[in-house]
Parts: sequence; C-alpha cells; structure tokens
Amino acid sequence: MKQSLKWNRSKTTRNNFITYGVVILAYIILQIMIGTDSITSTMEGLLVPICAYVVMALSLNLTVGVLGELSLGHAGFMSVGAFTGVTAAVALGRNVTSGPVLLIVGMIVGACFAALVGFLIGIPVLRLKGDYLAIVTLAFGEIIKGIFNNLYVGVDGSGLHISILSDTTNLAADGDLVIGGPMGLSGIPRESTFTAGVILILVTLIVIFHLVNSRAGRAIMAVRDNRIAAESIGINVTKYKLMAFTVSAALAGAAGTLFAMNYTTLVANKFDFNTSILILVFVVLGGLGNMLGSIIAAAALTILPEALRQFSDYRMLVYAIVLILVMLATNNDTFKAFLGRLKPGAKKKKEAV
Amino acid sequence: MAKLVTIPSKSMIPERDIDKSPILECVNLGIQFGGLKAVDDFNLTIGRTEIAGLIGPNGAGKTTVFNLLTKVYQPTHGTILLDGKDTHGMNTMQVNKAGIARTFQNIRLFDAMTVEDNVKTGMENEMSYGLWNGIFRTPKYWKQEKVAHERALELLSIFNMEDMAGMKAGSLPYGAQRRLEIVRALATNPSLLLLDEPAAGMNPSETAELMENIRKIRDTFQIAILLIEHDMNLVMNICEGLCVLNFGKVIAKGTPEDVQANPAVIEAYLGKKKEA
Amino acid sequence: MTFLSFLISGISLGSIYAIIALGYTMVYGIAKMLNFAHGDVIMVGAYICFYATSRYDLPPLVGVILAMIVCTILGIIIERLAYKPLRAAPILAVLITAIGVSYFLQNAALLLWSSNPKVFSSVVPEGSVSLFGGQLTIPYVTLVTIAACIVIVAVLVWFTGKTKKGKAMRACSEDKGAAQLMGINVNGTISLTFAIGSGLAAIAGVLLCSAYPTLVPTTGAMPGIKAFTAAVFGGIGSIPGAMLGGILLGIIEIFAKAYISTQLSDAIVFAVLIVVLVVRPAGLLGKQIREKV
Repeated sequence: MKQSLKWNRSKTTRNNFITYGVVILAYIILQIMIGTDSITSTMEGLLVPICAYVVMALSLNLTVGVLGELSLGHAGFMSVGAFTGVTAAVALGRNVTSGPVLLIVGMIVGACFAALVGFLIGIPVLRLKGDYLAIVTLAFGEIIKGIFNNLYVGVDGSGLHISILSDTTNLAADGDLVIGGPMGLSGIPRESTFTAGVILILVTLIVIFHLVNSRAGRAIMAVRDNRIAAESIGINVTKYKLMAFTVSAALAGAAGTLFAMNYTTLVANKFDFNTSILILVFVVLGGLGNMLGSIIAAAALTILPEALRQFSDYRMLVYAIVLILVMLATNNDTFKAFLGRLKPGAKKKKEAV
Repeated sequence: MAKLVTIPSKSMIPERDIDKSPILECVNLGIQFGGLKAVDDFNLTIGRTEIAGLIGPNGAGKTTVFNLLTKVYQPTHGTILLDGKDTHGMNTMQVNKAGIARTFQNIRLFDAMTVEDNVKTGMENEMSYGLWNGIFRTPKYWKQEKVAHERALELLSIFNMEDMAGMKAGSLPYGAQRRLEIVRALATNPSLLLLDEPAAGMNPSETAELMENIRKIRDTFQIAILLIEHDMNLVMNICEGLCVLNFGKVIAKGTPEDVQANPAVIEAYLGKKKEA
Repeated sequence: MTFLSFLISGISLGSIYAIIALGYTMVYGIAKMLNFAHGDVIMVGAYICFYATSRYDLPPLVGVILAMIVCTILGIIIERLAYKPLRAAPILAVLITAIGVSYFLQNAALLLWSSNPKVFSSVVPEGSVSLFGGQLTIPYVTLVTIAACIVIVAVLVWFTGKTKKGKAMRACSEDKGAAQLMGINVNGTISLTFAIGSGLAAIAGVLLCSAYPTLVPTTGAMPGIKAFTAAVFGGIGSIPGAMLGGILLGIIEIFAKAYISTQLSDAIVFAVLIVVLVVRPAGLLGKQIREKV
C-alpha cells in the first residue's frame, strides 16, 4: 500500500517533468532546424508569438482549469503587460543598451502592472459567479482596449508624460512617444527571442506546478471543487480566488511584453475579445488543468491557420469546422463510444470496472 | 396533544463534563425564511467531550441547525456561544477557525483532488507558509508539507484509509467518501465536530464500525460531537444526549432513554394515535 | 432639446440591443448556454434582406419576412447540428462550440458575400417627424425600431405567460427533467426557442442596418456582444430584464458618445455594466439563486 502512494506522488511529478521535457526537447529540435536552415521564415517568425500564446494559455488554464472560473478577458492582461512593459523598456532604453536587460525589466514591469490590475479588478468581480463573472471579464477586456486606444504616453529627459483622449504630452525634442492612442505602441525595442520565450514558458510552468502542489494550490482547487465545503474547513475563498487570478494576470502580463517586443509597432486592438476567445479555445481543447495540453493546443492552433494557407480563403472556415467537430468528438457520448471501440483493449477495461 | 416533557438542558451533559464550561451553547436560536420559521427558539448545550444527537423527522430543521451553527445561513435571532465566545458576525470560515468543523448530508468532497490532498486542504488553519514559499519551495515549504503528509496519513489511519491516499476523492465508494469527509473535518482541529447523517447509505456492519470510530475520535481528540442521524440504533447506542426537533422546534431533550419514552417524540415519529 | 434627441436615439439603439438580447436571454434561459453565434445570425438576416431588396427588388416587407424565415431555419439547424449533441456536455464545451459556429458564419459570409461593405438601404421610408416647430426631428426608422421592440416584448410576455407552448418553455427552463415527465416535448421546445430567437435576430439585423447602413460579415459581432451584456445587465433569463437592459445600454452608449467621448463610449458602457453587476450580482431584474446545502 505504501507503494501505491509513492506511485501516485511520482505520477504528478512525472507528468510535470514530461511537460518540462517536451518544452525543452521542442526547443532543441527547433534550434537545430533554425541552425540548419530547415525551417521556413514564416514559421521562424511565428516562434515568439507561439511562446507568448503558450504562456497565455497556461496562465488562463490557471484561472479556468485550476480556479474554475471562466474568463473572457484574458487578452486584457496581455494588453496591460504589453503596454506597460514596452513603456518601461523604452524608458530604460534611453540609458541601457543591453537587449536582454530591457526585455527582462519590461517583462517584470508588465507582469507587475498586470498583477495589479488583476488584483484590483478581482476584488469586486470575483464575488460574481459563472456566466456573470465571464461577462464582467469580457467587459474588462473591452475597457482596457478602449483605454489604451486613447492613451498617449511619451518619455523624454524629464520622465514620463501621460495624457488621455488627445496627445498633450508635449515631449522634448529628443522624446519618444511610446503609446500614441489609436496608433498604439511604436518604436518598440525588438528584443524578444525564441530562447527568451522558452525560458518564460519554463518559468510559467514552474510557477504553476509549484503553486498547484502547495497549500495555496490545494485551497484554490478546493474552492473550485466545492466552495461551501472549502469555507467549512477554514479556507478564505476570496483570498485564494484573488491569488489565482492575480498570478494568472501577472503571467499573462509577462507574455504580453514578450509578444509586443517581437514587433516594432503594435495596436491595442490586437488584444481584443477575439484574442481572449482564441486563448480560451487553446485551454479548452488542451484540457482543463492540463498544462501540456494547453502548450500543444496553443502551438498547434497558432500554426494551423498558417499551415492552412493553401486553402487561402477557406482556412478560417476550416478552422471553425475543426473546432466544432473536435468539441463534438470529445464531448458527445455516442461519438466517444465510437472512438472507444476503435481502440484495442478498451472494451476489456470497461468490463473490469 | 401530549404534554411536552422538557428536561433542563444541563441534564444532557455527561457527568465528566459537568464541571467544565460547555463547548456550545445555543440560546433562542432561530431563522426565518420569508414567513417560515425553519428553526425557532432552539436551545442546546453541549459538553466538552459529549457525543450528542440531533434527531427528528425529515424536514424538521436539523440540517438548518448545522447551517446556522456554521453560518452557512446567518441566524435571524438568537445567540451561539462557542467555548463561551459569541460567534455573531462570523462567517463560515471564521467559525471553522473558531473550532467548528462539519460534514455534509449530500457529500461535498473535493472530487478532482486526491484523498490525501483533501485531508491536507483541511490543515489550512495550521499551515503558515504562503504563496512565495510555495512557488520557491523554501525549506519552510518542505518542512510543513512533510508534517502535513504525515499527519494526513495518521488521520486517514483512523478509518484504515491510508492505502486510498493517492486515489481521487470522487472515485471512492460512497461509504469511504463519508469517512473521508470526517477525516477532512478533523484535520481542521475542531473542538466541536458536526456530522450530518454519517451512516447514511452504509450497511449494518459499516455502521457498527462507524459507531466505534466515532467513539474513538471523541476519545482520541477529546472533542465534542453533534450528529444528525436517522439510524436509531446508532443514535441510541453512542449518543449521551439527544435533542429532538420537529417543525423547527425542540420537542424533547435528554438522555436516549428519556427521549425514547417521551410521548411527544413517539407522536412526531409515528403520528398521533387515532381516538377510537 | 438636444438632450431629448439623444435620449430618443438612445432608446432606438437600445431597442435594437433589446431585440437581440431577447434572443440571448430566451436561449440562455432554456439551454443555459451563451449562444455566441447569435450576433452572426443578425448579420445573416441583414444580408438576406439586403439581397432581397437591393438585388431582386422585392418590397422591404418581403425582404424582412424572407430574412426571418432564413434565420429561423438557420437557428434550428445550428441547434440541431452543433448544440443538441452537447446537451449533457460541460458548459465550456458548448461555449467553444458556439464560438466555432460564430467563426463559421462569419467566414461563410465572407466567402459568399465578400468583405466589401454593402450599403444597406433602409426598409423604413426615409423622412422624419418634426416636433416643437422643427426643434426635434425623429426619423421614421427610429420610431419603427422603438415600436417594433415594444410589440415584440409585449408578444413575448403574452406568449410565455399565457400560451401552452410558452408555458412549456418556462417549464423547460426551470427543470428539463420534470418538464419531460410532465409530457412536454423538451427537444421541440428548445428548437422553438432557437427559432424564435433567430427570427428576432433577423428583425434586429434589418433594423440595425436600416439605422447604421454599412453591412460587413462582422457587422453582428459587436452588437451581439453588447446585446449579450444587455441581457446580463437586465438579469439573464428575464424577458422584461432584456428589454430594460438593452434600452439602458443604448441610452448610456449614446449619452457617453455625446457628452463624454466617442472613443471611450464602449469602455464607459462596459464600466457601467461592471458597477451594476457588482452592486446587483444577478442583474437588474434577475433572481439570486441560493445554493442548497
């Protein structure tokens, strides 16, 4: 009986290590492919966005899969991270030239601001339940988009200048307008690299796995599984919901900075409702609470529309059909039974139960 | 209607607890849903190490009493004194930290988590490491997790459930789920344990074993236990004091023997004898 | 007088939101799902009407009826093919499927009708009513929109309250299992709900494009999202709630555009929604349901 215990503990750990392993292995293979020039430039250009989407999917999985709350505004945190992180990087870039330093500082600032916003929005909002929470997160994403579309932020020798609705930043001659209202971010230092992206994925995985296998993680999952029972054993539901939401927002913020610093310009509309939905699709297709699933789904579904380029106009239609069919296939009993019969040995197993 | 035989509440407390202050005192406790008085004028005193029973026909308001004690519902009137302290204004979480733990009539486990994690989750009150210690896996994390692991297995051993530690709680058989709920509640270090129909769905031999274990829990942890149960054999066997509810009101209180002989109780359960 | 004029155009825009929100709310009430494809059904309705009236020179009324017929059938097909097999599936799976259907409709429209904006000609005759000696002019389309909304709500309230089918609908939204035991055809009732909701979406699409004449495959997306928030705003599942939520949302949007900022109007609308939900977690007219312990 001791054995079964050890086996189970190691099962979680083993799954976690498989996830780390898959990421590192994929990184090595892709590096070799880049080194030997056996990867198309389109694909190579997708690597950093894929990393950013993977981190987005992982962080949303923390909210949806581990905490069990539906969020339709996750791109809002990505947006906060992108805009604040890039602003910090540009401001710092006036004195520092080291690319990695700019990227790291940008990501940390982006994560901190996203965490702050997540915390502030979480206090009132996490009292709501189910679909009501979903709609409020959707609203939050739209609000963030609206604000960044009308925000003007510049840096010059005397510091940060911020104005809203119209550009009244009055920058000095050597100043940079970082956020230009509807024009979005411009003059972004392009410091994001594939390596940095993979490191961020690994850091995200460590944070999530360590969180899940700790006191806080258990409390968060307890709230998900049964809120009333969680309260009855002394768990502070609000505290742990906020904690999960904030951590999730912080990781999304870092992903936002990574994503933004892969381009020279970026508009706030990039982080709209459709992006939030896209990330949610990664999470649901990858499996709730299944981190490896999120990684694979995010990577595959970012590549898929590119791979479907030969279908040109039909690709999004195909994407939509694939999405519906996968959902029907994974959630319909008749369909599942049909698939089950295809697997050898599946029938035997059923009888044993 | 038969005359109510109300025995002074003190007499419910077993001899050994008489000198100590009671762990729980409810005074005129009640709740009203709209016009309906679901529980009304409820008075109960429970001794430090007493095993007490709350019985009554279906719909009498027994679970509502549990919900009032644990503040799932806020009482509309009356006072609850836990270890002499008024729990007024506390929420469910605070009441647990103050010392009341419970199980649920319709089992509420954390189904997707392992048995061991269910129990460890109950140790929230005694664990102190926070988010950062968890993420960075500091020595504090390892130390407390080790203690929690050992304690979880120890608590599970009460019901011989150590070998189930790695199983998903939702996949356990019904009886084991009920027992796990008790273990999880015990993990919070309560001074008063509320069990809502612990023997429901169990066969006679399982029930007998459960009875032994309830006594064992009381003896080991020196805590008070209040249970709701329909299995009269279990109730009469292990409860030292009984409180009978009907239509939200206490109709009798006392030792099992007193209650069994009480005409009001017989009427509540069997209905009034028709006059010939 | 400008205030009054803004108020009226707010009510008019809100009436469109309300009609869309009614579809959302009815479907949510019965199927407990957020039908994200609802906004795209609006777009389909508008295209059908556009082609009927502009290309085939059919009278506007025929165009509207045709749009309603097509959307009703579309709604039933979507329900049968995509949602019905997922009746027992987790909410999230249904949500993602609805999103898939939404993508499908948008991209099918893109292929069929191209991304070039179509200029929709109003189904309501041009012209306006002058009041207060010309100080206040109200276009006919505004009046028709508001009137349509009032009529639809009145009919729906009557339908769900008094008719057998309507009562069956309410029974199904309370408890499908019990409804089935009482001999109610649950599948038929759900289909009927989708049919009604989609038919309403067609009307909303035509009215929307009559007031704002640019028609593209994504025309329905944003009004869809806003109507969905309107439904939640008023208390999802409640028909008067959807109307109240829709009209308030329209008024807030127009006032925000007029008095605060055009660019920030959406952000303001959503901020008001958050505040309302925080104060009244079940929406304005929604019922808070207590979990049984």
